[in-house]
Amino acid sequence: MLVDDTISNLSTRLKKKEISAVDIATECLEQIEKLNPKINAFITQVNPKTVLNHAKKIKLTTSLSGIPYVLKDAYITKDLRTTAGSNVLSNYIPQYDATVVSKVNSAGSILLGKMNMDAWGHGGSTENTDFSPTRNPWDITRVAGGSGGGPAAAIASRMCSFAIGEDSGGSIRNPAGWCGITGLKVTYGRVSRYGSIAYASSFDTVGPTAKTAEDCALILQYIAGLDPYDATSSPLPVGNYLSHLREDIKGKIIGLPKEFMGKGLDSEVKQLVLQAAKKFIDLGAKVEEVSLPTLEYGISVYYLLAPSETSSNLARYDGIRYGNGRDKFTPETMRRIMIGTYALSAGYYDAYYKKAQQARTLIVKDFEKVFNRCDMILSPVSPTPPTKLGELINDPVKNMLADIYTLTTNTAGIPALALPCGFTKTGLPVGMQLQGPMFSEKLLLQAGYAYQQTTSWHVQKPQL
Amino acid sequence: MFKNRNFKEIVSWQTVLGFEVHIELETSSKMFCCCPADHFGKAPNTQVCPVCLGLPGTLPVPNARAIEWCIKLGLALGCQVNLFSKFDRKNYFYPDLPKGYQITQYNIPFCHDGELLGHKITRVHLEEDTAKLQHQENMTLIDFNRSGVPLVEVVTEADFKDSDDSDVFLKELQQIIRALGISSADMEKGSMRLEANISIKRPEHPDLPDYKVEVKNVNSFKFIKKAIDYEVTRQIQLLESGQIPVQETRGFKESTGETVSQRAKEEANDYRYFPEPDIPPLQFTEAQIESWRSELPVLPARVREELVNRYQLSSQYAVIISSDPDMYAKFLKNPSKATANALVNKRPLQTTQSAEVDREVVSKVLIANPKAVADLKSGKQQALFFLIGQIKKELGDVDVALVKRTVEELI
Repeated sequence: MLVDDTISNLSTRLKKKEISAVDIATECLEQIEKLNPKINAFITQVNPKTVLNHAKKIKLTTSLSGIPYVLKDAYITKDLRTTAGSNVLSNYIPQYDATVVSKVNSAGSILLGKMNMDAWGHGGSTENTDFSPTRNPWDITRVAGGSGGGPAAAIASRMCSFAIGEDSGGSIRNPAGWCGITGLKVTYGRVSRYGSIAYASSFDTVGPTAKTAEDCALILQYIAGLDPYDATSSPLPVGNYLSHLREDIKGKIIGLPKEFMGKGLDSEVKQLVLQAAKKFIDLGAKVEEVSLPTLEYGISVYYLLAPSETSSNLARYDGIRYGNGRDKFTPETMRRIMIGTYALSAGYYDAYYKKAQQARTLIVKDFEKVFNRCDMILSPVSPTPPTKLGELINDPVKNMLADIYTLTTNTAGIPALALPCGFTKTGLPVGMQLQGPMFSEKLLLQAGYAYQQTTSWHVQKPQL
Repeated sequence: MFKNRNFKEIVSWQTVLGFEVHIELETSSKMFCCCPADHFGKAPNTQVCPVCLGLPGTLPVPNARAIEWCIKLGLALGCQVNLFSKFDRKNYFYPDLPKGYQITQYNIPFCHDGELLGHKITRVHLEEDTAKLQHQENMTLIDFNRSGVPLVEVVTEADFKDSDDSDVFLKELQQIIRALGISSADMEKGSMRLEANISIKRPEHPDLPDYKVEVKNVNSFKFIKKAIDYEVTRQIQLLESGQIPVQETRGFKESTGETVSQRAKEEANDYRYFPEPDIPPLQFTEAQIESWRSELPVLPARVREELVNRYQLSSQYAVIISSDPDMYAKFLKNPSKATANALVNKRPLQTTQSAEVDREVVSKVLIANPKAVADLKSGKQQALFFLIGQIKKELGDVDVALVKRTVEELI
């Protein structure tokens, strides 16, 4: 299939006129028609005629031109329904485009639709959605991960070339791991959040989801940078992610935090991550055990701060605007609103919100300390392979623990690249993640690229 | 009022009076978006964008000029500036608040601990204005033109003696704001809004009373004075009859000169303040603050002093010229008494209220109440309120401050 290929190869072939944007779009549309009823990756599909018209007229101005993509439905799209996975916004047609949407669209990519997700980002399995769960393309009795299960499943099943995901606690990485694709959680502030429906403002990040580290580097090049509409976007110059991609990682020190490899970790997942560590040694890196002692507070800190912010961010859905009332929030969302409201209340603020903020500082320092010793750290993305449908949504605590390895990345604000590192004996994809210091995307992408040059996990695709 | 009173029971009371003053800044754009900040008289909902409508996905980007102006006002009021500061979210539900929270400053305001005319300024902080509700017969309409307009809040200590004391202060504050050129501070247009916090206590009691009445939505100096006087009288009357005034928000009814209950304060609202995560904390340097300080204009008090001492103008002329930055600038071009005369005479005539009350009626009341007059002479302020009450019975709705002045003159 055309979209098996990398974005830069597709772009080259487009420019050489070996293929046309219509060819790629047609292939994706066929795939959507064939597989989406099974997978349920889309919440809103752009009309196929519109897509093909768009593809016909596309001018090849950038490497993203003519490449079909999808958006997690957390992104505001002008005149195109945007739901954040919730019935509260079931009929909401926005008036403007998110910054990331404008950037990708003006680079010439072709939007195919808005993808399924846990409502407001509240979940790790795309089961907390009001639009029916997304199925895992590798085993449709299992979940695709979350909250961005829709975009990940669409890439794995070749309904598109890439997606813009959103990661507040693992929402890009967890579904990337469980769907066998590659996703980048950027440093907080590297990509503008303007137009990304807020889950937890100080955790939310906008990033690419694709099949390879190379694709992610290319997309990041187009979406990163300071935005006058986002005061938390970073003024640091955007690096050149592509030109350094092929640099080797000889001599780089990769830390393996023991806290990520202990209790609760599935043995198959553990073995695959350790094998990947060996691969990095073969590539010239040094692997060392490190320790992140504050990690055990990661869940508590995250599940106080993120709900606090979400309780405030979701206050605008008050039933006066947007057509639907608060009764449309799901039990999981109501739980998070209540936890956050409680943590911010007079008399509890100091014991919960404030204390968690102080602990957040300690977690940041803990990571800084580790990054004084090593260039990046390697860990699993999720403690288990993809779960069965119903397993997580019916067990709120288990649901929280599914994100145990990814949450603290957002608490610390650092970047992380999730990529496939093998399969279980039953053929389910397993993901690993590389985390680095603030604004180390370039290095993480280099390491991911180097790994993917000598492995083939990322080119496997589900038989559907 | 004041019927069947045994004046032997009158003991003295002390007014506890402080202010929250909101000032809309006249920056060209709103606090967190690019919409025009000047909303007065504009067609409803014509100066709005996704940000000030609080639409999903939008983010606030603070207006640097508004921050500068807020700090300059703080400096003009002799405040300390917090070099590290931040914005916070104040969470509450109201239809004029599209995000479900107001972006304001909670525990680290830009400025704190200032002083003006001997009154302590607690803090000067920056926030966003809300939308405007227009109540109609069967519906309420929302105009978002005002949503997100930069709003400075000046909070004073409750150290005002009475409404005369506060009148001078508030007018001076208005002149300082105008001299800075940051707002027209026009109360009728709502670009300067006063909220008086009033309660009454025994002078020997060191603590504040455990209730507080907030009087708001008063749109002139005259009316806030009337409202304070009325409120002081009302509360003393309640206290003297053994009741404790209800903690509540009251408005002012211009037609009757009375304050009326608007809403009783339930238990204190829990606003769940927390640092606004969409706006990074702000760090200023001493040099930045000093540079802003050096840009401050000559403030009205200094101008008046100069006009009187250097140019030998009467204090009346000095007040008039100093209160109008334009006039002052014109005067300085050719500073002479002749210029002052010309400027003062040319200014548009202002409608004046009747500056007198019927002295005969006042005298009659005083003669009829020798005990109260004696009490007043011995310093018992309560007697004054009694007398004012009696005079109001005769004259109807009159300017309480004016009656007070007349009584004091006649005694």
